[in-house]
Amino acid sequence: MTCTEFIAQLDDFLDARVSASLRADLEEHLRTCEHCVITLNTTRKTIEVYRSNELYELPNALRDRLQKAILAKCKKC
Amino acid sequence: MPDIQTQGTEEIHPDVLLVNQARAGDVHAFEKLVKQYDRQVFRIAQHITQNREDAEDVVQDAFLKAYEKLDQFQGNSKFYTWLVRIAVNESLMRLRKRRTGRMVSIDEDVETEEGSMPRDLADWGPDPEQQYGQSELADILRKTIQGLPPGFRIVFVLRDVEGLSTEETAETLGLSVPAVKSRLLRARLQLRERLSRYFRNNKKGGVK
Repeated sequence: MTCTEFIAQLDDFLDARVSASLRADLEEHLRTCEHCVITLNTTRKTIEVYRSNELYELPNALRDRLQKAILAKCKKC
Repeated sequence: MPDIQTQGTEEIHPDVLLVNQARAGDVHAFEKLVKQYDRQVFRIAQHITQNREDAEDVVQDAFLKAYEKLDQFQGNSKFYTWLVRIAVNESLMRLRKRRTGRMVSIDEDVETEEGSMPRDLADWGPDPEQQYGQSELADILRKTIQGLPPGFRIVFVLRDVEGLSTEETAETLGLSVPAVKSRLLRARLQLRERLSRYFRNNKKGGVK
């Protein structure tokens, strides 16, 4: 397996959506390719860091104001 | 047998019950749906419009539109994905208004070759984000994702941040499943490449 072939399957591998036989091939490639190990680990970390950090928090005061505005208009519908 | 016992008694999603009550005129049921999903809608709108006021407007408009269209909601998709679709459309509309004279679509800029193969192959430490304070980290993450083409950014946000499935993301954006998959891979690789600048091991006198 080449690195290009590995990268093509990277998402499915990360999302655990590959068949057992394909997974074995991908893992075999990883045993011999440090670059793809790094790409895999750092891509996994990229997803994790975006999932675990709230970038756009909705402050409570604004949240209350928006909720009230929405519901006031709904009642008039 | 479990199969036989569950037949015909499939559990109804709590959202569907709330939608039904709201359709019958119960505004409090709709209020519960607003409280359940307003943070997510705001986040998605911010990611797409990159503008705070627009994101606030999108939250209001998306929920009002959803309320008006409740009759059109069909129980075969989740209420959340249906709502997200409305929010994405409202957000794109706002983005277009801001960039007058410039077409904005989720098909924009997706032909770039950037990030299709990894170039920066330096490893990161086990907790690279620990090198930064919370607000500095958030700045880095915002700046990095804002640099992605909108068509990649939206797919990444829906799929990886908001946790929609590939199929739901495709349905929400009106894209094919292969198109979502190819954008997701490119988005993940481009973000990884750009974050490497901040997270690689030798940054700030790191491990080695």
